[in-house]
Amino acid sequence: MRPSKFSNFIFNRNVQGTFYQAITLSLVILGVYYIVQNTAENMMARGLASGFHFLGVESQFDIGMTLIEYSPTSTYFDAFIVGLLNTLLVAGIGIFFATIVGFAFGIMRLSSNWLIAKIAETYIEVIRNIPLLLQIFFWYFAVLRALPKPKESIEFMDSIFLNNRGLFLPDPNFSEGSSVIFYLFWITIVISIFIFIWSKRRQNRTGITFPAFYVSAALIVGVFFASLAATGFPVSFEIPELKGFNFKGGMKLIPELVALTFALSMYTAAFIAEVVRAGIMAVSKGQTEAARSVGLKEGLVLRLIIIPQALRVIVPPLTNQYLNLTKNSSLAAAIAYPDLVLVFAGTALMQTGQAIEIIGMVMGVYLFLSLFTSILMNLFNLTMKVGER
Amino acid sequence: MNNIKNAILGLLCSVLIVPAAYAGTLDTVKDQGFFNCGVSQGVPGFSNPDENGNWSGIDVDVCRAVSAAIFGDADKVKYVPLTAKERFTALQAGEIDVLSRNTTWTLSRDAQIGLEFAGVNFYDGQGFMVRKDSGITSAMELDGASVCTNLGTTTELNMADFFRANSMAYEPVVFEKADEVVNAYDEGRCDTYTTDKSGLAAQRTKLADPDAHVVLPETISKEPLGPVVREGDGDWADVVRWSLNAMIEAEEFGLTNSNVKTTCAMTSNPVVARLCGKEGGTGAGLNLGDSWSYDIVSLVGNYGDVYEKHVGENTPVGLARAGSPNASYKNGGVLYAPPAR
Repeated sequence: MRPSKFSNFIFNRNVQGTFYQAITLSLVILGVYYIVQNTAENMMARGLASGFHFLGVESQFDIGMTLIEYSPTSTYFDAFIVGLLNTLLVAGIGIFFATIVGFAFGIMRLSSNWLIAKIAETYIEVIRNIPLLLQIFFWYFAVLRALPKPKESIEFMDSIFLNNRGLFLPDPNFSEGSSVIFYLFWITIVISIFIFIWSKRRQNRTGITFPAFYVSAALIVGVFFASLAATGFPVSFEIPELKGFNFKGGMKLIPELVALTFALSMYTAAFIAEVVRAGIMAVSKGQTEAARSVGLKEGLVLRLIIIPQALRVIVPPLTNQYLNLTKNSSLAAAIAYPDLVLVFAGTALMQTGQAIEIIGMVMGVYLFLSLFTSILMNLFNLTMKVGER
Repeated sequence: MNNIKNAILGLLCSVLIVPAAYAGTLDTVKDQGFFNCGVSQGVPGFSNPDENGNWSGIDVDVCRAVSAAIFGDADKVKYVPLTAKERFTALQAGEIDVLSRNTTWTLSRDAQIGLEFAGVNFYDGQGFMVRKDSGITSAMELDGASVCTNLGTTTELNMADFFRANSMAYEPVVFEKADEVVNAYDEGRCDTYTTDKSGLAAQRTKLADPDAHVVLPETISKEPLGPVVREGDGDWADVVRWSLNAMIEAEEFGLTNSNVKTTCAMTSNPVVARLCGKEGGTGAGLNLGDSWSYDIVSLVGNYGDVYEKHVGENTPVGLARAGSPNASYKNGGVLYAPPAR
């Protein structure tokens, strides 16, 4: 007997596949619907406020370090932005230093010099195996204890002050006429980019090298100072002054920021060092030998042959370390650095009691930051791919 | 950190999954034979563990009184230490049944976040502590100061109000845990440490050299501290509220921990007879035995006993009661219990 058209349809693999997928999808949707519905009902039943109206209400609290204008009459949304920017700041600085220190120690650990290799190894093994929170506390209280009181500040040239309230720097104020300097500054940067491109092309064509780095550095710095002098130094510095308890005026770096970035970058650097070591060791020895045999200097062997190939192995786990650093920055709450978790998931949550909304927003931020970092690193990785020739 | 994660997870799980059924805490507590009491992580005189892990303090004694009223035994309590930030979440999530952790009664807490305050066991106000050698004698001299405090309290809002009202600048340095605030203040990170005055007196005992510090005279806020329960369970709130009231009323009628046995045996005063559980059947309305208030006084003590034992002048915390709002209304304070009848 021939199978009917109907059974043909039922036993078709595509039809079955679609069917099961549709069932799974509807179960997921039902589940989400149930959770949302139930949450809303329970919150009503327990008299919990809900919704996002609170974001427009005055926060009525202060924050110790703000990158934007903020006061107790600002809204909870402003507090959210302040926290977010502080988190981004500490993550950005942390990633920058962790990368530099991590690469340095990773390469040092592979050094043929016994002492250098052992120093790097000790650093990595010690730092990597002590919990981060302890390290943060250690640096914070070590920093606090080592620094003097405001009245006994360490001074540099009567304009930079260091004490246990932070590092106080002169704040540049640009008066009229200074915009020319900025335009010239950006123009010289653009010119230097062209110099780099031109020198690279000429080198590819003719093999003649050009000291592009020194020339453009001299150009940028030279034009900057020349324009400063030409416009008659339209810059004044607001120098921090000791008034009452603290220094007023000038720029200020709080010790919490210093301790936190220091601890985060030192800790993550130890992991990055291992990633770098793994990447370099993954480049076959023949590559090094070949590079040496064509007469490249040791530095050039590393820069032109090994690192570009190692980066392919390094970048994906390096991305992980960047994400870890960003997420670990939430330990800031322990030492009073006003990051997103302390300000928004801490103070704001306590004052409004709206845990679900606030924790949801904070989770959203960390998710977005992680995905964004991943995208950037994936794009970078694409440029590192083996070029098909 | 784990505690916070647990508390938040607990809240999310319970709100997301468990259907709403929080009435009947009293029955649940009677069935399981104990209840969970949320306390601080160590504020001497209020809730503080000794080296053996036994908790004591006036906040702890509120929970002990509730336990005495329900079980006739003051020690059927499990203490859960919480940070200021975790405390409400822990209560909402059902991790604790009573929160007795120097918590200020405010409108937004009462109305917005699903809490019910069961009374006031300490009238407090926010103050400032400074180093003696700083030469500061008034909070009005604090312009430009760095101020250490901890997260998740009314303190943060009060200090913002205070400095704004007096047009003074300041730098808030906000820590998650009280111990870190004390540490940072001790290390000189801040010029002043602000919290409730009782808290200042208590935390001062933890400083390296307590005598080198002084609490400034100004009180910048009202901080009525009291036990808190979940909203929506009136029976349970009643038990906690009246356990506290019984302690206060017992003092008003001279019934103390040391004389309760003899006084109750020979009293002719009807109010005292009701407190002794001999008349009036006050337990029935609360679903407790009639001796509930007698048990509180004999096992824990009246309010005055508890105050003098933990925070009175003869303790390290050393807060004089006479002349403060915490004196009984008979002595010019504001402590006044509704009649237990």
